[in-house]
Amino acid sequence: MRDYIIRRLLILIPVMIGVSLLTFALFNIIPGDACVLRLGFGSTPETLNDCREQHGLNRPLFPITVNSDLPVIHLQESQYGGWLWDIIAHQDLGESLAEGGARVSTELERRLPITLELMIVTIIFALLLGIIPGMVSAIRPNTPIDWVARVVSVLWLSIPSFYLAILMITFGLLWFGWTPPQFGTGYVPFYEDPWINFQQFFFPALVLSVGIAAVIMRLTRSAMLEVLRNDYIRTAWSKGLRERTVVWRHALKNALIPVVTLIGLQIGALIGGAVIIESVYNLNGVGKYTLEAIIRRDLFVVQSLTLMFAAVYVLCNLMVDVAYAWLDPRIHYN
Amino acid sequence: MAREIALPLELEEERPGQRRRLGKMLQTARRHPLGVFGLICISLLFFCGIFAQLSFFGIGLSITPYNPIDVIREVRTFGVLAEPVDASDDKLVVSDSTVEAGTNFNIDQERISVITVLSTTSEGTTILVRRGSSPESHGQGAALQLDTAIPNAKPSRSHPFGTDHNSRDVLSRTIFGARISLLIGLVAVSTGVSAGAVLGVISGYFGKVIDSIFMRGVDILLAFPAVVLLLAIITVFGDEDSTVRRFLANSTPLPERDFLGIPNFLDVFIVALAIGLAVAVFTTRVVRGAVLSIKENVYVDAARAMGASDARIMMRHIFPNIVALVVILGSVLLPVAILAEATISFLGIGVPIPTPSWGADLSDEKSRSLMLEGYWWPVFFPGFALSLVVLGFNMLGDAFRDLSDPRLRGSGLGGGGGGRGGGVAM
Repeated sequence: MRDYIIRRLLILIPVMIGVSLLTFALFNIIPGDACVLRLGFGSTPETLNDCREQHGLNRPLFPITVNSDLPVIHLQESQYGGWLWDIIAHQDLGESLAEGGARVSTELERRLPITLELMIVTIIFALLLGIIPGMVSAIRPNTPIDWVARVVSVLWLSIPSFYLAILMITFGLLWFGWTPPQFGTGYVPFYEDPWINFQQFFFPALVLSVGIAAVIMRLTRSAMLEVLRNDYIRTAWSKGLRERTVVWRHALKNALIPVVTLIGLQIGALIGGAVIIESVYNLNGVGKYTLEAIIRRDLFVVQSLTLMFAAVYVLCNLMVDVAYAWLDPRIHYN
Repeated sequence: MAREIALPLELEEERPGQRRRLGKMLQTARRHPLGVFGLICISLLFFCGIFAQLSFFGIGLSITPYNPIDVIREVRTFGVLAEPVDASDDKLVVSDSTVEAGTNFNIDQERISVITVLSTTSEGTTILVRRGSSPESHGQGAALQLDTAIPNAKPSRSHPFGTDHNSRDVLSRTIFGARISLLIGLVAVSTGVSAGAVLGVISGYFGKVIDSIFMRGVDILLAFPAVVLLLAIITVFGDEDSTVRRFLANSTPLPERDFLGIPNFLDVFIVALAIGLAVAVFTTRVVRGAVLSIKENVYVDAARAMGASDARIMMRHIFPNIVALVVILGSVLLPVAILAEATISFLGIGVPIPTPSWGADLSDEKSRSLMLEGYWWPVFFPGFALSLVVLGFNMLGDAFRDLSDPRLRGSGLGGGGGGRGGGVAM
């Protein structure tokens, strides 16, 4: 198992290098470098040069440049190399190009707790809304409860999260005179005031969790139906165990194994969803920061954030694979 | 025994098929009402997408009641001329006292603007006016017409979905949005799936170094969360001066503007290509997996032993085996692509204004702030259409899964089954 994790981590190194190269290349093939984008095309050559000097844009892009005869290697002096080196050695993700923009690391310190909490609350809601109805509808197949659960799951699956968010905000206000607690007072951390914190995150997380909950519900239902057909369940019944014991102790544990994988696969959807929901609910998290940076063309910020998202995504997938083997003793990675 | 079983089958085949097949289809449909509902939703999408704006040899087949981009103007009569006027007159007597200086109105297409109000008597208001470019004489009782835009009109008979804050007809925009969704979905899926199929076959067939290179590339692209990757690609390629955009505009026959009624066709096309790239990455991986097992078949060895070239083996022996997979992938990915378009348009990076796109209409700042004041229709209907389409695809997919999986057959309502949880979600 340990060997497997180490091997997977080693494979991640070339993948992450590829991701960083692609991200860097993608944002540097736009005509007009970051300084041109910042100062506009009306800027004089002198101011442009100053700006480039200041942000180190006069350096070569890539670590290896091929001159007329010999390839020249300049690792840290290149823009790409310097960017990566700063991240690895100094945990410095660069700075924003916007006027008065803070360093990315400073912004992240402020925004990361918000996004992380949003994701955690979302996953909790998704598990609650997904597993319990999925289980109930599998235990009582083809009953009204089952039909309702299945129709609801298809509905949840189909309604885009941003539309649901808009509908809830609008009709909450129009019909009930209710508005979601805005971040007027700013983000209140959980340890300061759990109740206000909960109010701030309840609706964004609920909206974001609905789509994921639907997928979990469907998977739980089909996995549970499959498990309930097994011989050992029949044995458990014939031993005269109570329904609660059979379902919770014997069936659910095994039915949840594929659900764990699914949650890992949903991390990508969760990051994308955070971008959407944070901008709808005006939460100052990392997702909103990314979107604003993309719209502003704040290249340094975007390339660092994209790299970070990719790293998180890849690591989450690794953790899921590990958890999978841990939960299911039949699985061996060799 | 075998004959006894075979007999009714032979009898079945001898019966004239047409009515039986129809009956069977109806039976299947009755058993999967949600699947039928899904089929209706998808048919509606295709119908609206194709007929949104269409004319054949001057015969208009458009089902959009108005142009989705045009401002809707309404002609309202607010008074009549009390006395006839000549072409040279610049004083008018009108039987309406609400006329003010600066008002513009029309009489029989002639545009007239009021300079001042001179006097008001019981017969009417005398006003000093500036006449239109070609003044005409008008008789007594000619209608004074106001020609105004009608922003935020409530849903009514002439505008069933109302109008938005730009006075555009929401019904027309919603119907036209189907065309954008359909176009982007079809272009993204057809380019993405075919490119992915080719790459997947090559990668799986040759294996070794080529496979490693391709799969690492796929790993890298799959390491990005989909929305982030799409936003990055479109930011880069959609840029006015980007090489890709310039190449598409200048070196391909793609029209830059005004094609199929879409004002900025090329931008829409680039969005489709970006989504297609994401589709291709996914397809490559799936097809490659299938090819790995197909190429182990004996007939592939046989073909190679007979001296067939790699290209021939791939085309004649491997590709036919993945056609079904490719078709299924395409139909599964179509709603994903549609939803992806709506999502990135909602985030403001996708289809640019004024092209009607469901996602973009949902994100319109002004519409959304007006929505909180009770003008819900410009945002509600496009979102409803989008949800309905995704719902349709999900329900049809569930019905198909029930039909194809014998263990779930006859479990009543469609939905729920499937090994992987299935369904479309962003």
